[in-house]
Amino acid sequence: MRMVMTGNYASAYGAKAARAEVIAAYPITPQTSIVEKLADFVSSGEMKAKYIPVESEHSAMAACVAAATAGARTYTATSSHGLTLMHEVLMWASGARLPIVMTNVSRAMAPPWSVWADHMDSVAQRDTGWLQFFCEGNQEVLDTIIMAYKVCESRAVMLPAMVIEDAFILSHTSEPVDVPEQELVDSFLPPFNPELKIEPGKAMGFGSLVRPDQYMEFRYKAMLAMKEARDRILRVEKEFKQVFGRDYGGLLDKYRCDDAETVLVAAGSAAATAKDVVDALREKGQPVGLARLRCFRPFPHDEFRALASKVAGMGVLDRSYTFGAAGAFFTEIQGSVYNCPKRPVMKNYIAGLGGRDITPKILEKMFEDMQLVTKRGVGGEVEWVDVAGLPRRWR
Amino acid sequence: MTKSYEEIPLTPISDSPSTINMTGLWRAFRPVVDISRCKKCTLCWKFCPDAVITLVDGVPMIDLKYCKGCGICANECPAKCIEMVKEGTE
Repeated sequence: MRMVMTGNYASAYGAKAARAEVIAAYPITPQTSIVEKLADFVSSGEMKAKYIPVESEHSAMAACVAAATAGARTYTATSSHGLTLMHEVLMWASGARLPIVMTNVSRAMAPPWSVWADHMDSVAQRDTGWLQFFCEGNQEVLDTIIMAYKVCESRAVMLPAMVIEDAFILSHTSEPVDVPEQELVDSFLPPFNPELKIEPGKAMGFGSLVRPDQYMEFRYKAMLAMKEARDRILRVEKEFKQVFGRDYGGLLDKYRCDDAETVLVAAGSAAATAKDVVDALREKGQPVGLARLRCFRPFPHDEFRALASKVAGMGVLDRSYTFGAAGAFFTEIQGSVYNCPKRPVMKNYIAGLGGRDITPKILEKMFEDMQLVTKRGVGGEVEWVDVAGLPRRWR
Repeated sequence: MTKSYEEIPLTPISDSPSTINMTGLWRAFRPVVDISRCKKCTLCWKFCPDAVITLVDGVPMIDLKYCKGCGICANECPAKCIEMVKEGTE
């Protein structure tokens, strides 16, 4: 059924469609309307789930860990400081190999206090062992939650996943969204059936101590699982398309990149804007394309290496910054393509922090700049875009 | 003996409870209670971080199989009736 809804409601409808059995809820702007909507579903009886209002995000993730260890399909949602408060338990969820799915409404970290779009919170959790899907639209949010459960619960993966919406730009903006028929979702996503779970009357300690002679083997298994997740994401998406008629470009969604000389890499809602800018520039005859980083974890190494060998210039837009280094997307992509025999000129653009708009005009100038540095060489590798006090070349 | 990554489960799982670890063996100082001076305030029982104290008629009984000898009970006791005695001495 087609409905008009926000990204947050798309998250809630996604968790409902996936038949999440346990929901841990703690409010934080701009996530709150997700768990509010789920509370509606549960109290009205539309959704059969245990709804646990907890006392903090750390507890929210701990509740999810416990529920998933008992074999329940588990969902929660958070944002910004809530996500970073969960940090310790995020590590536990992946180490314990629990396929929890969570929406993170990506929001800036304070201070300066801000509730607006920024990827710093999500990017700061890249080493926690979670899959990370950056979404560009509300339909993708709903569909990705369903797909994420299927990917994560497969026996060869068994890792948790974060589905990421940009604060307000998706979370509070309404779009037409197709809510799939429940029978179709049920046929696509079977109930969660883990190999091992806590069972009453059977004493087992999960995540127990191992000595240095055995620790690495467990980490090696998690590494293999993340590797397996790459293929699994592609396979599940293919199957999803057969059932629901939609797909999202796998790990790296390439838009008009086939014959492009210069491409821009971006994630989240800015990537959707950049696709429109690509169309406009193509009409003017500029050979540009957009590569949307949909999965930050697992990282699309193969896709970037293939793309790097075809293009002359690659700009990378980071909506976050790793202080003392550069944008995280940029350094990782650069590292990934370093051993390619032919690799493009690369430049990093830091833009849109704390919810500052990444307008079509700014993106157009980014493409122009990237085409210029591809010919002339890069002056500075990392440029902060549209900062008051710097030369006003972005407006 | 290190097992191959192929032989181990996804996450380490033990089939025995953690009470098989006799943590009392870690102890350097042993709490000794002078029951005659105990005021039955139960503070030692409340503060024990390892929950090894049980109350018998309000008086602490310390399970030395698991007491690590941290001395928090002795420190909290208002009647000063718990003394920490070095293991190996009387």
